[in-house]
Amino acid sequence: VNAGDAIPELKTTPDRFLTVRYAGASGDFNPIHIDEDFAKQVGLPGRILHGLWTMAQVARAQTEAAGGPQALQRLAVQFRGMGLPEAEVEVTGEVREVRDGVAVIDTRAVQNGKAIIRNAEAEVRLPTIQE
Amino acid sequence: VNTEAVGKTYPPTVYAVGREKIKEYAFAVGETNPLHLDVDAARAAGYKDVVAPPMFAVVYAAPSVTPALFDPEVGINFAMMVHGGQEFVWGPLVVAGDEITTTVSVKSIETRAGNGFFVFESQSVNQDGETVCTGTWTNIVRGVSQ
Repeated sequence: VNAGDAIPELKTTPDRFLTVRYAGASGDFNPIHIDEDFAKQVGLPGRILHGLWTMAQVARAQTEAAGGPQALQRLAVQFRGMGLPEAEVEVTGEVREVRDGVAVIDTRAVQNGKAIIRNAEAEVRLPTIQE
Repeated sequence: VNTEAVGKTYPPTVYAVGREKIKEYAFAVGETNPLHLDVDAARAAGYKDVVAPPMFAVVYAAPSVTPALFDPEVGINFAMMVHGGQEFVWGPLVVAGDEITTTVSVKSIETRAGNGFFVFESQSVNQDGETVCTGTWTNIVRGVSQ
């Protein structure tokens, strides 16, 4: 693993009822995520994705690249705009540097050409034995 | 904004991590790693039960974070609030059967360019006293006065 290496892209399309399942799984039942009428009343285009669900996709891209959940030491993100159901979310990332066996990765989540998570930074512990 | 709540710490909450809750969360976020879904696979890998995905931190920390967000002394205007940023630093993995104690404090309250930045910190510790996750939760309230 070297600076500049890209991590494998993660692409996922949240289905129409994803926000309902995530609300139940996470306990965040804010109606902007699950009630189309409420979301529109408060000026949103419709129900929006939970930012922390999108962050979980950024986390999953790192753990899948690194071979498991034990590798992820730190993840910091900024949320921007809003994610929507039924449109593909794509997570990309590149290694910025490797120090003391930990890769620092610049990463982001994009939907419809806009970053919905940006300036994200992950720290991933590399396996001790490498080819 | 009123900054008097900075430094305030809330009573800890205890969350008992369940195997089926981990699976429910894992399915909702699209995790397919058998460590999260299959107890035999988790045990074969040396864990005592299914492993929580790192972002499961939002589940065990939420009972502590939510009351802090709604604290009238903090004074967040929810109609104008957005989740601006989030950071987690993880320690040992959490597995089903763990009991996680989370304590939340108000880290900072500031006004920048007419927006209020309300930052909370959560510390989650397992039954063995190990810190499994430290969270920094940044909420931005648009259009506050100085």
